[in-house]
Amino acid sequence: MLLINCPWCGPREESEFSCGGEAHIVRPLEPEALSDEQWADYLFMRKNIKGEQDEQWYHSAGCRRWFNAQRNTVTYKFGKTYKPGEFVDEDEV
Amino acid sequence: MSMKDYSIFSLARHAVKRHKNWPRAWRDPEPKSNYDVIIVGGGGHGLATAYYLAAEHGLTNIAVIEKGWIGGGNTGRNTTIVRSNYLWDESAHIYEKSLVLWESLSQELNFNVMFSQRGVLNLAHTLQDMRDVYRRSNANRLNGIDSEVLTPEQIQEIVPIINTSPKARHPILGASFQPRGGVARHDAVAWGFARAADKKGVDILQNCEVTGILREDGAVKGVETTRGNIMSSRVGVVAAGHSSVIANMAGLRMPIESRPLQALVSEPIKPVLHTVVMSNTVHGYISQSDKGELVIGAGVDGYLGYGQRGSFSTIEHNVAAIVELFPIFSRVRMMRHWGGIVDVCPDASPIISKTPIRGLYFNCGWGTGGFKATPGSGWVFAHTIARDEPHALNAPFSLERFVSGALIDEHGAAGVAH
Repeated sequence: MLLINCPWCGPREESEFSCGGEAHIVRPLEPEALSDEQWADYLFMRKNIKGEQDEQWYHSAGCRRWFNAQRNTVTYKFGKTYKPGEFVDEDEV
Repeated sequence: MSMKDYSIFSLARHAVKRHKNWPRAWRDPEPKSNYDVIIVGGGGHGLATAYYLAAEHGLTNIAVIEKGWIGGGNTGRNTTIVRSNYLWDESAHIYEKSLVLWESLSQELNFNVMFSQRGVLNLAHTLQDMRDVYRRSNANRLNGIDSEVLTPEQIQEIVPIINTSPKARHPILGASFQPRGGVARHDAVAWGFARAADKKGVDILQNCEVTGILREDGAVKGVETTRGNIMSSRVGVVAAGHSSVIANMAGLRMPIESRPLQALVSEPIKPVLHTVVMSNTVHGYISQSDKGELVIGAGVDGYLGYGQRGSFSTIEHNVAAIVELFPIFSRVRMMRHWGGIVDVCPDASPIISKTPIRGLYFNCGWGTGGFKATPGSGWVFAHTIARDEPHALNAPFSLERFVSGALIDEHGAAGVAH
């Protein structure tokens, strides 16, 4: 069982959370200007990194707020967790 | 029939010699510098692709490159269920093609894959489940796929140990039943395709990891591997959970997320369950292997991951579901547990497709349901690579569908626990 550090509530059990996948996918500011390819890229295409990945997590059975987490997708070890807009890994920009 | 074929006579001959002189089933060749086709990934789908390229399209200068041992990934980590009762026409056609190939696969490969058509039950626990069962069953029959809707009494006749009490927490209201569905011996599928492909001249290169995709002017040139560069103008990638890793090497974006999917087996017990039982609502499926072990699976884990092990909360949930359906199993002890990494597409349907890079083909996104598709997937992918265009069966499963919007949404519709 993983212990996940919610930046709003502190450490809680894995079963309280759900994983929202890749973090820092920016919603298009001008949706009507997007081509079909750009929409497909925004909606469906994912990096799906093997190793260190930035993810969005949801404390679904807790404070019900979203946050971001750095996590290793092979060892499942959590790194830093942070509130939206608080911290962005330079490599991910 | 050559002397090397397996038969009752070769078995008898070797029995007399105490089975000491069986020849190796496939070669362990050194990589050549150049092949007509390279297949990346030596699981069931990759080996089947190589086999059908040789058997159906006359291409034999082929390498299958596998980073570990053949069949050591998801081919050896699934719950071996084979069925074709999918809702949508596109899925029904490709899985039914596969099921038809399964029915003669042991003869085709001269290798007993122990395909056992013991039937697959998909249980319904709610009124909406029942509506879905009727809808899917009718869709299946319109596509020529065997499917029946059973009452709880009929289910009880087939599986006497299942709890059909109306007082159950999730009462069983009915089920769909596909009698031609069943199970197969998963390792034998990899070994059978490997041996049959090798016999036709295919080089199976094990412990050889692809580390890069060589490209020039928008076309593929070959692959970098841990055993040197290997050139080919056609590369088919069949890497399941690691599809994104290979795609990233080629600078391609894939609509795939990798997740752990786990399964477990119990200690062997006497035969009690002679069909496959699946339930979407309580999230579990179960069959009994020929050795007597209960083979149990569930949905994917709650997070993305490449670690080939599952989370304990998923096991707990899964086992609770099985005990709910089969109170008799409450004291059976579990023996082994493992995880495989499945490549999940947004619409829960596979991608068997050309890519923007000429000569580079991808077969991935099978998610939680790839094993049943092994022969059919190899058959259509071989066609796609040999002709440089998809077969009618896999044309709908293109990478392009995520741009056009023609998704094939099989989430939950297939009666499978996602």
